[in-house]
Amino acid sequence: MFELFDAVLAARLQFAFTISFHIIFPAISIGLAWYLMVLQGLWLKTGRDIYKRIWRYWVKVFAVVFGMGVVSGIVMSYQIGTNWSVFSDKTGPILGPLMGYEVLSAFFLEAGFLGVMLFGSERVGRKLHFFSTIMVALGTMISGFWILSVNSWMQTPAGFNINEVGQFIAADWWQVVFNPSFPYRFVHMMLAAFLTSAFLVGGVAAWHLLRDKTNSAAKLMFSMSMWMALIVSPVQIIAGDFHGLNTLEHQPMKIAAMEGHFESQNGAPLVLFGWPDVENETIHGKVAIPKLGSLILTHDLDGHLTGLDAYPKEDWPNVPLVFWSFRIMVAIGFSMLMVGLWSAWLRYRNKLYDSTWIKRAALIMTPSGSIAILAGWITTEVGRQPYTVYGLLRTIDSASPLDAPAVNASLLAFVVVYFIVFGAGIYYLFKLFKRTPSLNERDIKTGQPRRVAGITPIQGLDDGNTSDPKEGR
Amino acid sequence: MDYVLIWAGLMAFAVFAYVILDGFDLGIGLLFPFIKQPRDKANAMNSIAPFWDGNETWLVLGGGGLYATFPLAFAIIMPALYVPLIVMLLALIFRGVAFEFRWRADSGAGMKRWDIGFTLGSFFAAFAQGIALGALVQGIDVVERAYAGGWWDWLTPFSLVTGLAVVVGYALLGACWLIYKTEDDLQKLCRRAAFGLTLALGSMIAVVSIWMLFKQDPYMKRWFDYPNYLYLLPVPLLVGVLSLYLLRCLRKGKELAPFLSVIGLFALSYFGLCISFYPNIVPPSIDIWQAASPESSLKFLLVGSAVLIPMIIAYTAYSYWVFRGKVKAEDQYH
Repeated sequence: MFELFDAVLAARLQFAFTISFHIIFPAISIGLAWYLMVLQGLWLKTGRDIYKRIWRYWVKVFAVVFGMGVVSGIVMSYQIGTNWSVFSDKTGPILGPLMGYEVLSAFFLEAGFLGVMLFGSERVGRKLHFFSTIMVALGTMISGFWILSVNSWMQTPAGFNINEVGQFIAADWWQVVFNPSFPYRFVHMMLAAFLTSAFLVGGVAAWHLLRDKTNSAAKLMFSMSMWMALIVSPVQIIAGDFHGLNTLEHQPMKIAAMEGHFESQNGAPLVLFGWPDVENETIHGKVAIPKLGSLILTHDLDGHLTGLDAYPKEDWPNVPLVFWSFRIMVAIGFSMLMVGLWSAWLRYRNKLYDSTWIKRAALIMTPSGSIAILAGWITTEVGRQPYTVYGLLRTIDSASPLDAPAVNASLLAFVVVYFIVFGAGIYYLFKLFKRTPSLNERDIKTGQPRRVAGITPIQGLDDGNTSDPKEGR
Repeated sequence: MDYVLIWAGLMAFAVFAYVILDGFDLGIGLLFPFIKQPRDKANAMNSIAPFWDGNETWLVLGGGGLYATFPLAFAIIMPALYVPLIVMLLALIFRGVAFEFRWRADSGAGMKRWDIGFTLGSFFAAFAQGIALGALVQGIDVVERAYAGGWWDWLTPFSLVTGLAVVVGYALLGACWLIYKTEDDLQKLCRRAAFGLTLALGSMIAVVSIWMLFKQDPYMKRWFDYPNYLYLLPVPLLVGVLSLYLLRCLRKGKELAPFLSVIGLFALSYFGLCISFYPNIVPPSIDIWQAASPESSLKFLLVGSAVLIPMIIAYTAYSYWVFRGKVKAEDQYH
């Protein structure tokens, strides 16, 4: 059973599996950290308790998500060495310092202030507490900055030389960090993180509003989410378009796979749906709009687009996977835009909280951001195969000199442990979402100053303290 | 300026910081099953809840820093220690999520399950780290730029003993942390545990130190060539003196001194290891200059580190200061 996959395939599956789990958590914690910062800022500015209460509601979710992000993230940083040691040796001089900066400028900042943010509201003043939240939020974004720079350099390497032992070494650090695809990927991913959290918050609020549409905390959460959907979705679609144009410039083969263009042609169509058949180099059941592909990508109806036929077939990525994951991401992006526009229309007509249908739609969209992020990353990561450093270092030449049973065994162990631990984590998140965001938290009722809403309440005292919306009304 | 030497020093510092900081919170996981009262369990957990994440970040710095500054060492050590490292990562997952999950469980039984995960996770993380240390000390097969051994080479009687030594050391650190941070029954329990653990750790240090000398010739030469032993003799002597001082502090009911003494013991042992290794980073064949990144990388990361590491130390110290003093039972109600 430990010979199921060859060592390289097992290592690839392990990376794909562990990073797919991991990326969900930091994406949510980036968005939630900024949301918490905004809520706390509004609370300090207006003094309205409702902001503080929503802060307390979501900080518990944040703590669970952040914890899962930390532990699944440590796995990533070590896996580069355990399973991809040749890659580590060759890229360490360039990518290592970027990751080093991520740890020094972001991880420590988040971790250092997280304790104060979660546990310290009783022990420090309001402003210092707010400052801690700001530092955590800032840390999440700095972390994204560095790790996306690393990933982007692997996609579009720049500013390097190769030394006598085959290592990539930096010639120009500015070009390394701000490599060609980095600014686009960074903006696209940060907006994705914001949208993911916005739809998570919106979905949870919608669920509570469907049960009680007068719940003021849920109303405020829902309203804030819908503003985010309205404003950020279109910006994200534009940012995604720019990112695509950048990819066309630097990784045209990836674009050809995303678009399902097997042939190079002028005036290429935009393929909406179909099933890519790699063997026969065609798309079955194709639904396409003539010329639109060229128009979008080259801004010219008859623009030339390189197809997969321009490249040796053994260098192609997995075309159906890239093709379909890209379409899932785009479809979700436009659904988000639709929900945003719909909410604006209802808001204009003063019916935002009365319409049952938009709440149902928002409820269905709860995990949409996470799904879109996974689909987008599958597009870009599968799309850059068969390389780890694009065009320069092949995946097959990156792996550790390990026996297949070692990698298969660890793959199995990760799958089992992740499903148990993160399965439980997701279950606990649902429990947290089920709590009604009420105006009657325990500390308000007793009128005593308390430490911040429970990250480590004593057993049995936490759950239920916010579960009854009518309590103390 | 020799940037390689500077980075070797900084990496040694990062690893030491990790060992001490995560050492005491892993140690609390090890002691957890012996703490019976729910309130004491909550106190023990809350004494580290604000810190564990920052403590563990030093481990990420250790890994990431090695990748950046000594990529060849990273590329050899990681596959060579494959099994212990994977076990450590999986164990740290169970340990890390327990901080949140135990409070979210549906029932007392659910909480107990995560507490078991917390303990087993702490145990296997500590044990795997100790095994990794032993495996590194006994030497790693290298051909050209890659690990050349099999995936069970790390497993020897020696590495199992170093694994156990680290478990004992972390448990002692954890016990002394709790002596410092708690009162009454829990403190008494930890004081008793610390007494036994000190004796155990002292013996383990002696066994590992002597056994290690026979593992590779350079170790023996480093310690016993003239005039080295004149300079190095104080190290084992200080270990002995400090162990006795620690026992005395425990008997006298001191609160902070035991914790600081254990840090001292760790520092002396760690210093002994570094002295034995130098100038190798992957014994017996790869030294720090062979493994180092080119100077452009070392300089680039050093510029920022010179600013960021003092800042990290400052705000980490601030965070510890915010949560200074004894953990109080009423602190836990939310």
